[in-house]
Amino acid sequence: MDSIVPQLLTGLAGASSLFLVASGLTIIFGVTRIVNFSHGSLMMLGAYIGWSIITRLPREPEWFVLGILLTVLATALIGVVLEVAVLRRVYRAPELFQLLATFGVVLVLQDVTLWIWGAVELPLPRPRWLRGFVEIMGNRFPAYDLFLILVGPVVLGLLWLLMNRTRWGTLVRAATLDREMVAALGVNQRTLFTSVFALGAGLAGLGGALSLPNASANLNIDLSVITDAFVVVVVGGLGSLTGAFLASLLIGVIQAFGIVLVPKITLVLIFLVMAVVLVFRPNGLLGRPQAEAREATVAAPVVRAAPRELRLLGALALLVAAVAPFVVGDYYLTVLTDACVAVIFATSLHFMMGPGGMASFGHAAWFGIGAYAAGLLMQWLGAPMPVGLLAAPLAAGIVAALFGWFVVRLSGVYLSMLTLAFAQIVWAVSFQWVEVTGGDNGLLGLWPPDWARSPRVFYWIALALAVAVALLLRRALYAPYGYALRAARDSATRARAIGLDVARLRMVALVIAGAACGLSGALFSYGKGGIFPTYISIPHSVEALLMVLLGGLQTVAGPIIGALVYTGLADILVRSTDLWRLVLGAVIVLLVTAFPEGIAGAARRLWLRGREA
Amino acid sequence: MSVLVVQGLSKSFGGVRAVGDVSFAVAPGEMLALIGPNGAGKSTLFNMVGGQLVPDAGSVLLGGVPITGLGPRAIARHGVGRTFQITATFGSMTVRENVQMALLSHKGEVWSFWRPVAGRHAAEADALLAGVGLAAQAERATGVLAYGDLKRLELAIALGNEPRLLLMDEPTAGMAPAERVALMQLTRRLATERGVAVLFTEHDMDVVFDVSDRILVLNRGTLIAEGDGASIRANPAVREIYLGTGATSGGH
Ligand SMILES: Nc1ncnc2c1ncn2[C@@H]1O[C@H](COP(=O)(O)OP(=O)(O)OP(=O)(O)O)[C@@H](O)[C@H]1O
Ligand SMILES: [Mg+2]
Repeated sequence: MDSIVPQLLTGLAGASSLFLVASGLTIIFGVTRIVNFSHGSLMMLGAYIGWSIITRLPREPEWFVLGILLTVLATALIGVVLEVAVLRRVYRAPELFQLLATFGVVLVLQDVTLWIWGAVELPLPRPRWLRGFVEIMGNRFPAYDLFLILVGPVVLGLLWLLMNRTRWGTLVRAATLDREMVAALGVNQRTLFTSVFALGAGLAGLGGALSLPNASANLNIDLSVITDAFVVVVVGGLGSLTGAFLASLLIGVIQAFGIVLVPKITLVLIFLVMAVVLVFRPNGLLGRPQAEAREATVAAPVVRAAPRELRLLGALALLVAAVAPFVVGDYYLTVLTDACVAVIFATSLHFMMGPGGMASFGHAAWFGIGAYAAGLLMQWLGAPMPVGLLAAPLAAGIVAALFGWFVVRLSGVYLSMLTLAFAQIVWAVSFQWVEVTGGDNGLLGLWPPDWARSPRVFYWIALALAVAVALLLRRALYAPYGYALRAARDSATRARAIGLDVARLRMVALVIAGAACGLSGALFSYGKGGIFPTYISIPHSVEALLMVLLGGLQTVAGPIIGALVYTGLADILVRSTDLWRLVLGAVIVLLVTAFPEGIAGAARRLWLRGREA
Repeated sequence: MSVLVVQGLSKSFGGVRAVGDVSFAVAPGEMLALIGPNGAGKSTLFNMVGGQLVPDAGSVLLGGVPITGLGPRAIARHGVGRTFQITATFGSMTVRENVQMALLSHKGEVWSFWRPVAGRHAAEADALLAGVGLAAQAERATGVLAYGDLKRLELAIALGNEPRLLLMDEPTAGMAPAERVALMQLTRRLATERGVAVLFTEHDMDVVFDVSDRILVLNRGTLIAEGDGASIRANPAVREIYLGTGATSGGH
């Protein structure tokens, strides 16, 4: 019982940090309609920059405060640079490309940070005044945490004043409600957007710097914080500051108690809370409905069967792929096997994302579920590879059906963020439930049977499965089901008016995509001989997105080309430079700004130029 | 017996009464026009009958069966086809595929994963397209159609459902006057031949008086007049709020 009060206070302190990050995210989203994936990276930069500044200043409190303020300025400045260099160029791009561009920024900033500050965690040496305690109801409580608890409401109050008592704030609120209106008022949108981004970045920097005395500057901040921030923003309602505050209190407190009561499943608990909130309030606690995603305005190009030349090319490529083992060495054979896995991974995501219109940021979850299903069956029952390869899609499909039940009701950004959070939960389970999953060490000893163990045979199996999955999915897309799915995406209103069950169509798409992806996970694991939580990491999910978007959403061949190009690029990159994240991130940003319709889409446009009526 | 019976239908948006206590009925083969100035509540009424909006009060009977508050999908299954004021079509499909989709859905063949759509019910789709004058456009992308043609396509899609009741919200917006008359006369013929009840809104009064059997006048959410063309023309209240403003052929 006596642990309740301290735990509550710890939770509230955590809530403040959460709020600092989430408030910036939500303000930026409100005005620019961009979900800024790199917001966690800004917080990470805040921690590192704060560390560099504060450790160089005298150790008195007033210098500490000055150091924090300088950090906020520095991150705000970085925010300005980011906005001008990257975001400004993608405001008109599709939602997904915006997310992808900001993820490119995440990768770049990760390597830049590593390069400047090194891989070692940087704790802040704590002067005496920072280590003080306050006695509360018989418990000693860190004074700094009490200070943190105050920061949240104070920042909320300041933001409220800023939004409600200044002309700038009025403009921000107006832009949040209706972007076109502000444009019509003749307000300089560019400066408004840049300054909003600077404010958000500054808040993230503040969060990062203030977290220093309790944590340390490290390279994991970016992705772990962005997940929490997404949850807070989704629960609070996108674009709502007060909602973000309430949600950060809720999540912060649940986190603090969860760690004590159910340490292994804290993340699951948070996910459940989020799910419950979203079932009852699909737009979050205080969010307003999102405008129906520009349904009628953007017409996707007509999907037609590939031109004959392209099919010939595909058949030729398949022939080359089939005889490749006679030509290339073992190393390249592994790369080719990986490419086959990637093809399944990408086509399955494309299925739900292109025709289904459901952008998933957590596709790796199904990959991991399939992999662990095969692995656990092997471990518990000694199930051989063929059984594992059957069980994997089954398990992933079943989980997808459960998850899909409520996720298909959501739209757009909410769905993307929820899939991401779900993948994080699956990751956390695989990571924390050591007795079953082996935790970080993974499950080992998952090898193909003797007859399939030679790299050559295994590659052929992978190739056959990849081709089979790609053809089956294609078949479904050209069948009535695929058309109906696309119809639901093109215009849900019209689809319902002709009697289509939009939710069920989407749900089935999710199950099919999940099952296919589960197969790729199991296949990959048999190839590598083991299963690790990294299979479910955010970067892996983003890889799938990259492949699909590289190839383009509008063609069936797109994800295949994307998967091949991506696997090739990644292989070259990883072998040729230590800064592969930096290069990859920069490439993403460049591609997104240059080819908003993907490689296959651009090629198709060039090909069809003048032929389309 | 009436195909559609609406009783006491009401809907408010945040305190603003968009539709209040509206009752009427449509008989098979009847063309019932719903007119009224902008913001009168016409689309809101359509959306409550079509299931896009849930009414606050009142009831909707289709062929004697209550469908009040059902979703748009269920209502479509009961035999209601509709067109929207802002056209809603499938942009990533060709014109013919749009109609094929409606036919597939109507015949319950959606949950099939193997046989390609190409060619399925193509003849039937082409016949429907020919009916609305889109035969020549069947292969084109929906996205490149002129607005008037999109409206025609919507009608063909709605007919794919073999409806008992057609709801047409401003079906001729964006068309030249001659085209308007032609399309509505086509609808008139369909109504008579197949016994389809048609409820439509229209800003062009010439079209309204020309093709409708009966006219309802809605103003600020309430019905202020009902009758045939002659009696509506003569109605002083209608003249004041509607015709008196000189708006004989509005449209957008
Ligand atoms: N979703 C909504 N939320 C709030 N108010 C709405 C909504 N839909 C309609 N209204 C309001 O209800 C009233 C009736 O609108 P409705 O669209 O039904 O009119 P209408 O007769 O179809 O007009 P028009 O001829 O311009 O199409 C209007 O005052 C409109 O502003
Ligand atoms: Mg209307």
